[in-house]
Amino acid sequence: MSAPKDPGNGRLRSAGPPDSALLPATTWSGRLTDALGGPLRNARNFALVLVAALVAGIPLLYAAGSDPLNGYGALFEGSIGSKQALAETLVSMMPLLLGGLAVAVAFQAGLFNIGVEGQLLMGGLVAGTIGAKLDLPAGIHVLVAVAGAMLAGGLWALIPALLKAFRGVHEVITTIMLNYVAFSVSRYLVKPGGLLVSRTQPSATELVAPSAGLPRIWSPTRLHAGIFIVVVAVGFMWYLVFRTSLGYRFRVVGRNPVAARFHGISPPRAIVQAMLVSGAFAGLAGANEVLGLHHRYFDQFSPGYGFDAIGVALLGSLNPIGVAAAAFFFGMLRSGSVLLQAVAGVSRDMISAFSGLVVGFAAAVTLVDRILGRRRRMRTGEGLPSPAGVTTQEGAPV
Amino acid sequence: MRVFSIGLVISGIHLSMPLLFAAYGGLVSERSGVINIALEGMMLFGAFLGVAVTFWTGSPWLGLAAGVGLGILLGALHGLLSITVRADQIVSATAINLLALGVTAALIPTIWGQPGVSPTVARIPPVVLPGLSDLPLVGEIFAELSILDYVGFLMVPVAFYVLYRTPLGLRLRACGEVPEAAASTGVDVIRTRYLAVLTSGALAALGGVYLSLVQVGLFQRGMTQGRGFIALAAMIFGKWRPLPILAASLLLGFADAFQFRAQAVGLPLPHDLLLALPYLVALVALATFIGRATAPGAIGKPYVKD
Repeated sequence: MSAPKDPGNGRLRSAGPPDSALLPATTWSGRLTDALGGPLRNARNFALVLVAALVAGIPLLYAAGSDPLNGYGALFEGSIGSKQALAETLVSMMPLLLGGLAVAVAFQAGLFNIGVEGQLLMGGLVAGTIGAKLDLPAGIHVLVAVAGAMLAGGLWALIPALLKAFRGVHEVITTIMLNYVAFSVSRYLVKPGGLLVSRTQPSATELVAPSAGLPRIWSPTRLHAGIFIVVVAVGFMWYLVFRTSLGYRFRVVGRNPVAARFHGISPPRAIVQAMLVSGAFAGLAGANEVLGLHHRYFDQFSPGYGFDAIGVALLGSLNPIGVAAAAFFFGMLRSGSVLLQAVAGVSRDMISAFSGLVVGFAAAVTLVDRILGRRRRMRTGEGLPSPAGVTTQEGAPV
Repeated sequence: MRVFSIGLVISGIHLSMPLLFAAYGGLVSERSGVINIALEGMMLFGAFLGVAVTFWTGSPWLGLAAGVGLGILLGALHGLLSITVRADQIVSATAINLLALGVTAALIPTIWGQPGVSPTVARIPPVVLPGLSDLPLVGEIFAELSILDYVGFLMVPVAFYVLYRTPLGLRLRACGEVPEAAASTGVDVIRTRYLAVLTSGALAALGGVYLSLVQVGLFQRGMTQGRGFIALAAMIFGKWRPLPILAASLLLGFADAFQFRAQAVGLPLPHDLLLALPYLVALVALATFIGRATAPGAIGKPYVKD
């Protein structure tokens, strides 16, 4: 490995564990976190990406047959224009936030988990099954259902994790493949005559017992107690990533697996751990929907939350607080899209397109930083850093 | 009707062809050093515009041209993000995939006034070659092949020749292995990579057009169903080499064909589980046979001119 010419590199030689932020990034995810950077820059990028995506969305709305001003007006009105709308925004925010955290924590460890959708489905299916089939005291029943869902999501993510850690197969392909397998398996289990199907409702499980449901907390809206789970999850994830040695290991491996190895951190181990956490959060997102909102699992209960979660994680700069803000915004899009469809005649599918725009601009935001960085370096007289430091890309190619 | 019959071969070829086109699209791009996981989105956009233009003009040939044209534009977008902006290649490609899923689905009701699926349009017809179609046994196969099938099979030796026997192919591979060395001999790395990504977009979109205009003659919401990723798996399984990629595409296409035939014949197998067969085959193939050392050396790394 050639010596990186990055000026921050000298710090590698100092004794003791490195501050992960000072390691030169050798991976794509490391470069991405570099590009995303600290809280101020995060906030700026959040605004930049958002505005760019809203502007780029104008021709899309136009193509879908709506006057863009009318369209955005309907989105706004339908998402925070009334108590009912705000509650719906919060309801849509929850799975997006939990899914966004799942994507973000994997990103921190250098893994691109596009399989959140499948993990979320498996979690929802298990939560619905435990909620309907087991007979447990109130309180404990919810906990068991949620724990089962997290375990299911984690196990579904374990397959790509093991393939990545020990066979070098890129997780982007395996997680996508497992999404389709999850669609098939879940459909199979609740089809007529299937193992888990309800006696009265096709393509769904039985209603969960009241002891396993999350109660509504803001009548007459659909807002449910899952919101407390979500708040705890944000705090937990922030603590895990930034204040525990496990989170530290994720970040070091995500930035620079070679340096991680020199410091006694095993990248395969961190990969498996990070994917387990990521999958568990995805499973939790599924459980939250099934136990809190629908009270049963049914086919296609997720309108693609796992895919929007990628946009949420990137818009939120992979930081749990940022992810929460991004999830609220995506929640607005989801809840507002009902009115968008009704008033402006724009299909709700346009929301995934918007998610794509956000991801694209989040990727392109590196350009802004490069231009700003170059200007700053020219002012201060430092030399332009050589990109030759970026040489080792661990993991399998796609 | 039996599962293993001449019909299986025909449907196997039809299901392998989109994979083959897209996998070769991936091959061209990745051999030049640019990861292209946007194959899925390019296929979907190609399939969509192919049907839309056929619907408007009545000519599947114009649809074919429009679909491929859009693929080239998307290749340019992917190139702009990953070569010029030097954004992360996987993230920018994911943007294209999400955009494709959302835009094509959202425009179905706008264009056709019904959600989810377009009406049927004219398909690209099979080519009747007198003589060949009359042959015993294999004649049945030839009677079902369209011009795109012949293009697909012809693409294999052409790609092999261009990649390994021409200066262009040598330059392309050099850009993917050691771009600095290529640049030092006067190769324009940026231009070569752009050329590769544009070709990649065209081929992936051609795969999508094949799906919508040769196989079914309509567009359905999300109709590629991850075939772009399966093509990517075929490319990796084929170790970034033209002939093994052909074999991998045929394997995965025939797995899909088997699944459809088993359902049509009414084999007592759970249909919903069988749907997962191609994805499982791809997973197993990746898990068991992949070699780390076979990928182009500079894959995924942005090139910066000194």
